[in-house]
Amino acid sequence: MDSLHDLGGKQGFSRVKFPSEPHDETWEPLIRALSAWALRNHIYNMDEFRHAIERMAPRYYISAPYFERHLTAVATLMVEKGLTTAEELEELAGGDFPLSAPIGPGRIAAPAQSFAIGETVRVKNEYVPGHFRMPGYIRGKTGTVVSISPPYPYPDAAAHNMQTTMEPTYDVRFRARDLWPDSCDDAMNHVGVFQSYLEKVEPA
Amino acid sequence: MSDQPKSSIAPPEKRAAAMEMVLRRNSALPDGFVQEFTEHADDAWVTANGARMVARAWSEPAFRERMLADGTGAAREMGFDFPEHHRHLVVLENKPDIHNVIVCTLCSCTAYTIIGAAPDWYKDLDYRARVVRESRTVLREMGLDLPASTEIRVWDTTADTRYMVLPEQPPATEGWPAEKLAEIVTQDSMIGASRLEEVKG
Repeated sequence: MDSLHDLGGKQGFSRVKFPSEPHDETWEPLIRALSAWALRNHIYNMDEFRHAIERMAPRYYISAPYFERHLTAVATLMVEKGLTTAEELEELAGGDFPLSAPIGPGRIAAPAQSFAIGETVRVKNEYVPGHFRMPGYIRGKTGTVVSISPPYPYPDAAAHNMQTTMEPTYDVRFRARDLWPDSCDDAMNHVGVFQSYLEKVEPA
Repeated sequence: MSDQPKSSIAPPEKRAAAMEMVLRRNSALPDGFVQEFTEHADDAWVTANGARMVARAWSEPAFRERMLADGTGAAREMGFDFPEHHRHLVVLENKPDIHNVIVCTLCSCTAYTIIGAAPDWYKDLDYRARVVRESRTVLREMGLDLPASTEIRVWDTTADTRYMVLPEQPPATEGWPAEKLAEIVTQDSMIGASRLEEVKG
């Protein structure tokens, strides 16, 4: 889904606050631990977790600190898996407990294909209602495969708890000026792209 | 679902405590897990792991070669583990005219077992939005002013591959033992926000 989590290349943002100000919020390690517990016990998988964050209302996503987004995702998935209810959470917390929006449909992987290092590839011009890991700034763009990673679970299916196949990802190199002509610093941009998101480029 | 948080929202610490109660009650979260996990995360997943890999790569050409060919194998060789969803570690070699920098534009993925928990600036929306499109400007604002002749390579952590940068060894540290070298390797340098060149002997 195209929501505000897909930040790459968005304009109008500020200077990076570097180095970071130290801060100590005791609830943050607690959330990190609870989230790890739920993941280890297969209450949900990593893609379901990421997608639950992406399903947060955009205005809330953009204003919530990092671990509050994690908190919202864990709670949303616990409710969706039937391990608690929104009412129980609100009662225990003593106030409103915002959860993410309902999940849409996922999809299964595209038919297997393969690409070689050095090959020119194009990112498919796809728009999907569910989870995917294609940042919008490479949609429809052409790049070159520079390395291949071992097979991972296909996120568009895994995030929706559908039968998940494994597929390689390709580190694809793009030129910044092909991605944002006339409005970028020159650089080589590399993105880890799942095989199903790519298509062959026919020789001219 | 609430569209936007309002003042009736329970503070995050209350919501976190509610989650813990629910997990204890409904999914057998054991006593002590939170403390054990936090201690393990704080003690085992530290920047010193990656720093030791970098220092060894500087000192031992054969290890450097193995690390560049197979980062996962090199990390395992040194006894560092990966969570289930970090399946592959790719080590990116800086050169005099090539600078690598890492980001995760979609969330904030990092090789946290190797380089330590991501710093807040890495998780900031500003960094995630800008470094892919304005890499040279952002790095300069962060104190790293690269010459125009340096090629910048940005790596967006959008899949389950994790990246770390192998910085160049500062010339002034030539011949140092690996233990001493490891002490100068910062987390920022393994993300690509600095280059360690300023380190003096």
